[in-house]
Amino acid sequence: MAAIPVHEWTLLDAARAVREREVSSRELTRALLERIDRMNPRINAYITILPEQAMREAAARDEELAAGGARGPLHGVPVALKDIFCTKGIRTTCGSRILHDFDPPYDATVTGKIREAGAVLLGKQNMDEFAMGSSTETSWFGPARNPWATDRIPGGSSGGTAAAVAAGTCFAGVGTDTGGSIRQPASLCGVVGVKPTYGRVSRYGMIAFASSLDQGGPIARTVPDAAAVLGVIAGHDRRDSTSVDVPVPDYLAATGRSVKGMRVGLPREYFAGGLDASVRTAVEKALGALVSLGAEGVEISLPHTEYALSTYYIIGPAEASSNLARYDGVRYGYRTEGAKGLIEMMSRTRGEGFGAEVKRRIMIGTYALSAGYYEAYYGKAQKVRTLLRRDFQEAFAGVDVILTPTAPTPAFRIGEKVDDPLTMYLSDIYTIPCNLAGIPGISVPCGMSPDGLPIGAQLLGRHFDEEAILAAAAAIEREIPLPRVAPEEG
Amino acid sequence: MAITREEVLHVARLARLALSSDEADRMREQLGDILAYIRQLDRLDTSGVVPTSHAVETGTPYRDDSVHPFGEKEEILKNAPDREDDFFRVPRIIED
Repeated sequence: MAAIPVHEWTLLDAARAVREREVSSRELTRALLERIDRMNPRINAYITILPEQAMREAAARDEELAAGGARGPLHGVPVALKDIFCTKGIRTTCGSRILHDFDPPYDATVTGKIREAGAVLLGKQNMDEFAMGSSTETSWFGPARNPWATDRIPGGSSGGTAAAVAAGTCFAGVGTDTGGSIRQPASLCGVVGVKPTYGRVSRYGMIAFASSLDQGGPIARTVPDAAAVLGVIAGHDRRDSTSVDVPVPDYLAATGRSVKGMRVGLPREYFAGGLDASVRTAVEKALGALVSLGAEGVEISLPHTEYALSTYYIIGPAEASSNLARYDGVRYGYRTEGAKGLIEMMSRTRGEGFGAEVKRRIMIGTYALSAGYYEAYYGKAQKVRTLLRRDFQEAFAGVDVILTPTAPTPAFRIGEKVDDPLTMYLSDIYTIPCNLAGIPGISVPCGMSPDGLPIGAQLLGRHFDEEAILAAAAAIEREIPLPRVAPEEG
Repeated sequence: MAITREEVLHVARLARLALSSDEADRMREQLGDILAYIRQLDRLDTSGVVPTSHAVETGTPYRDDSVHPFGEKEEILKNAPDREDDFFRVPRIIED
């Protein structure tokens, strides 16, 4: 292991090395903080870096180990969180001016679980404002950049997390996914991202965007690393009534499972027009890998796919417009100066505190929920959501997993789509149906474009069958070895 | 689907969102485009389809109606943009 620099180690190797006291948590943490110092000015993946606090935590983990006790599977391992998870006493901004100085009074459940597992928190990662975006360009703290090519976007909204993992500045991170915000940036940065089944991971303390779609999940450099983090953060939580009380299986063990005999569905709607040729070739290679191991490709149809984006752009903004009503300048966050009355204070606070994309979605959502339009928009979208769920139910009667591209193209250039919301929305076209159906999805690297940009394959599974998609993704990863840490000069 | 400037301003008022004149113009254009796109759903016959409000059917969970005190009032209040003792302070509510 000595030959490989620390920042390129897998999370599982790092955890083992700490546990077996080959390396101290302080050494790992110091190495990654140095890596952040070097890389972050180029990629802007972190909004908040916690050098002193991380070193203190690392020292405490080392002492605990010396006294004979590891807290859990991530003991002493430096990781980071998307800046959407509340961290007690550590600024949590959600990428927004309106929360630029918010100090949460409590930890999110995910934050607590990461800490209980023994992880060291390096910092809070950049993201599209309130997780609304596909490029991390809408962050109040400036765009994050793709470490493979810094003139390109890392994807979004968990773009800071994916870029940070790909740049070797943390062993893993936790992001959130409402319409693809874990999987799409993972794909564009050449790393692994898991969107668990809705209800698998607690949303308590995870700042809400669209409550019926939001789900937290890991971003890591390998499938087993992602599985290990998922095992830590999954589980029922009495503080989130939508979290589901079903046992958490051994996800890590699932990554070693054979795919022989597995039926892999290929939805013809996902391989139609608009798909970049290099992405198609790479995903076909992923299928080839599974087939070579004894899996079987089966052509399927998800007939309502073309309606998913419209459905999402009603349901997401409608739920967001009511979730974001709480930012009114009264209890926390930014407040405008000099307003004469309460309504003026709230309206100006929100007008100044939110960026363009967030305002756009609040407007769409408010419009769709307003008197006279509710049935035509939200009511209609909820019915189409039923049809989309049914598509998947019927497909999963005949297949075990579904294989698709994660994103239609590799990473695009910064600024390329920022003024054209509809075109930007199309980059989530393959990831959105999964959220509407509440099923789990994963993106795993499966190739590179001719200009050296990463490409990911998406696997979708039945509700609470993360094990099947982890098994298939791990098989693809073993068959198609690719670099996971971006070169220094991207 | 065309949306008027008056509609934009009405929705902005409902959302308590102060928009500049330029923003309102841009919003009118972009909202029009987005709404025109999402109205493609009208092409689908959804009569008799039951709406989905929860992606994963788990029923309504019950819990004990017990009190869990938070106990860190100051942690909450310290985030207030303006406060007086244990109160959040806001500009006057009833305008002249």
